[in-house]
Amino acid sequence: MNDTAALNVADDAAARDDSALDRPLPVGSAGKLSSGWFGLIALIVTEAALFGYLLFAYFYLYAQNRAAWPPDGLPDLRIPVINTALLLGSSVLAWLAERAVKGGRRTAALVWTGTAFIVGTLFALIQLGEWHKKTYDLTSHVYGSLYFTITGFHLAHVLVGLAILLLLMAWIAFGYIEQRRHAAFTIGVMYWHFVDAVWLAVFTSLYLTPYLFGGLS
Amino acid sequence: MNPPMPTSPSADRSAPALMRVPERGRADAALKRRLQAIWEAPPGWRGLLSTVDHKTIGLRYLVTAFVFLLLGGVEALLMRVQLAGPNGTLLTPEQYNQLFTMHGVTMIFLYSLPMLSGFSNYLWPLLIGSRDMAFPRLNALSYWIFLFAGLLLYASFSLGAGPDAGWFNYVPYSGREFSPGPNVDVYAMGMLLLGVSTTVGSVNFIVTLFRMRAPGMSINRVPILVWGTLTASVANLLAIPAVSLAFLLLWMDRQVGTHFFDVAAGGKPLLWQHLFWIFGHPWVYAVVLPAMGIVSDGLPTFCRRPLVGYSAVALSTMATMLLGFEVWIHHMFATGLPNLALSFFGAASMVISIPSAVAVFAWIATIWLGKPVFKAPLLFFAGFVLLFVMGGVSGVMTAAVPLDWQLNETYFVVAHLHYVLLGINVFPVIGGIHYWFPKFSGRMMNERLGAWSFWVMFIGFNIGFFPMHISGLLGMPRRIYTYAADSGWSSANLVTTVGSFVFALGILMFIANVLWSWRRGAVAGDNPWQAPTLEWSIPSPPPAYNFAVIPSIESRYPLWEDMLDETPQRSQLEEGLLLTQGRETIGSTALDAIPDVILKMPGEAYSPFFLALFLTGALVGLLLHAWWLAAAMTLACAASLLCWMWPSATLLQRMPMVADTEAGGA
Repeated sequence: MNDTAALNVADDAAARDDSALDRPLPVGSAGKLSSGWFGLIALIVTEAALFGYLLFAYFYLYAQNRAAWPPDGLPDLRIPVINTALLLGSSVLAWLAERAVKGGRRTAALVWTGTAFIVGTLFALIQLGEWHKKTYDLTSHVYGSLYFTITGFHLAHVLVGLAILLLLMAWIAFGYIEQRRHAAFTIGVMYWHFVDAVWLAVFTSLYLTPYLFGGLS
Repeated sequence: MNPPMPTSPSADRSAPALMRVPERGRADAALKRRLQAIWEAPPGWRGLLSTVDHKTIGLRYLVTAFVFLLLGGVEALLMRVQLAGPNGTLLTPEQYNQLFTMHGVTMIFLYSLPMLSGFSNYLWPLLIGSRDMAFPRLNALSYWIFLFAGLLLYASFSLGAGPDAGWFNYVPYSGREFSPGPNVDVYAMGMLLLGVSTTVGSVNFIVTLFRMRAPGMSINRVPILVWGTLTASVANLLAIPAVSLAFLLLWMDRQVGTHFFDVAAGGKPLLWQHLFWIFGHPWVYAVVLPAMGIVSDGLPTFCRRPLVGYSAVALSTMATMLLGFEVWIHHMFATGLPNLALSFFGAASMVISIPSAVAVFAWIATIWLGKPVFKAPLLFFAGFVLLFVMGGVSGVMTAAVPLDWQLNETYFVVAHLHYVLLGINVFPVIGGIHYWFPKFSGRMMNERLGAWSFWVMFIGFNIGFFPMHISGLLGMPRRIYTYAADSGWSSANLVTTVGSFVFALGILMFIANVLWSWRRGAVAGDNPWQAPTLEWSIPSPPPAYNFAVIPSIESRYPLWEDMLDETPQRSQLEEGLLLTQGRETIGSTALDAIPDVILKMPGEAYSPFFLALFLTGALVGLLLHAWWLAAAMTLACAASLLCWMWPSATLLQRMPMVADTEAGGA
């Protein structure tokens, strides 16, 4: 497998570094040796910081709040918990898809990516349903502003992630992504994992902490 | 086990090699011609819009940022004429508000970091022995967005719709109730654009440093400028989202009807100050640490000895930034926060003087122990050390909470921040331009005029800004458009105005020197200063491909190894990796710089230009409430990204197909 071969080369080179310059090296975008992979890590750092500041704003305003939080009482957890499970499940599916790509199983890769896409879409639809059920909106009060802005930021990231999954499927179909060259897939799936992981932070902050802290003062 | 990979084209004629041993050899004329053909940008407007050459982009950054410096400077001079005497009538209060806001916005956001990005863009690959940055197209994108953000801000300014609520734009003053015009929204959109530009630029610097160093340039052998820019870039990744978010939330409060800063609906104005300064203080270090790196790399050349305490300076660079994330509250001492928070942040602000002092003593020791050659760049670098100490001392003074309560919002703070920003940014930058001008242009700057311009600037600067400390202690508030004759501030202000014009004269002399020397300066040669680092081993100006062969590095000062003679090892600069199968350079491990991949680099592309254009269009759509325009432009952004990201066979992002007669990155 390409990654493994590349990593072995790097390890060998490290072991005998005086002759490092005459070892065969991978050429071009080779999995996690590609610049794009490192670029994605940097992107994730800055995006994580963005969500960190969103949640900072949430807790800053929550901590100084004097009314009920959320204003219409504690959130119903049933559907959000199921939805969270769906999103995490789609991450697992995307991981299976990546394994299939690396194993050269094209049909399986298409199927797993497609299922991840469908489950992710389901998450987005259910989340839109949750929005619809709210009795307030972005402009009602500061909680409404926070709730819709933070979940809106996340939903926007989900939509971008879904577009990426769709694109990755197309590229598998075209034969652009396969066993030997799959950096784009590794990068795209990692982004999807990130979007799912961030949801855990958002979900915990918006849905669980009100149970923990109540309306505060 | 998987089947072994073909290791050469002959193993599988239909597919290019996915692995190969990088060819080694010496740089000869035929090789250089071949590399030139591979790396050269096309002439004319096509090259203008599509080039990804980091040197071209770097020079564009330097020139554009310098133009913004001049604009900000003219704004400052107008204000100084207004304030030269009491009861000034040159400017109306509204004009004065826009002028001081645009002066701050310009200097902080359009000059200080872009200028340093210019240096780093131009020099980064040359310092680390690479043929390009990790993401050449991202590099172009970063510049174009910066340019468009600047144009947006200045176009609005010329229509009277420029930002006018101070560069830190506090709510509720910048809220819709007190600032109903488009001014603050323009600022918000400009800052969102600049945020994207700085972020992608930072990603590029970080990945380039960790992945593109020449073999042997382990992490403890990189120049200090690299440490400075790396530290600034990592901080930007963490800090920029705070300010981008703050401006987005403010725009939503103003235009969508949210309540983040609205007390009546449960919001808090102080949230703005927190988000702004969580970004703002690390930013202060982001705009000075690379400049301090310029000095740390320039001093050894003119003192003819290695920098004293390389590791200490590198570590203090990072320690400064780390502490810089824990001091933002010192901008908010007067906002009624609990005493515990004030003591903690006051103490942290004082502790920051320790890593700063480490660097200062390292510079002084380098000058002391070396044999200084007082050329113009050294004058600027040495002047910087003095100004840094003065700005640092007034910084420690304002870190003391009770004194800060006294001095807050007075001209003392204005004096402090100008000593810091001009002293630690402008002086190293001008010195850096003198230092690297031969590399940029192939010609020397005029030495005598350089020295004169230094003295005029240095004297003008101190005449201009030192009295501000006094007007501040006398209680003169900042941001007032005029003052009464009996305030007791008249003479200090007159001296300040005189000094500011002397300083401006020094800048004009510098510009004259640059313009004259660009065409008529003495021819420089590869290494006119006998400098130690890698960028001086290649021709001036460097060819499109930078290094004909990728060198192997054995020390921090590859060009001084014979002079220092510390170890028997010698860096190899004439013989090395050839990498001529298209645009190629070497990728290496993050710490030890052991080659682990041959990177295929993309060529010219229009997608960065159009992406920047469409992104600006989308934000202008939001500004004008033209939602259809914003939506259409967002789709256009997506299309540009699609072209950009489409897997390319030339770059071996995918396997070539039979149908691929030729392919390239969009």
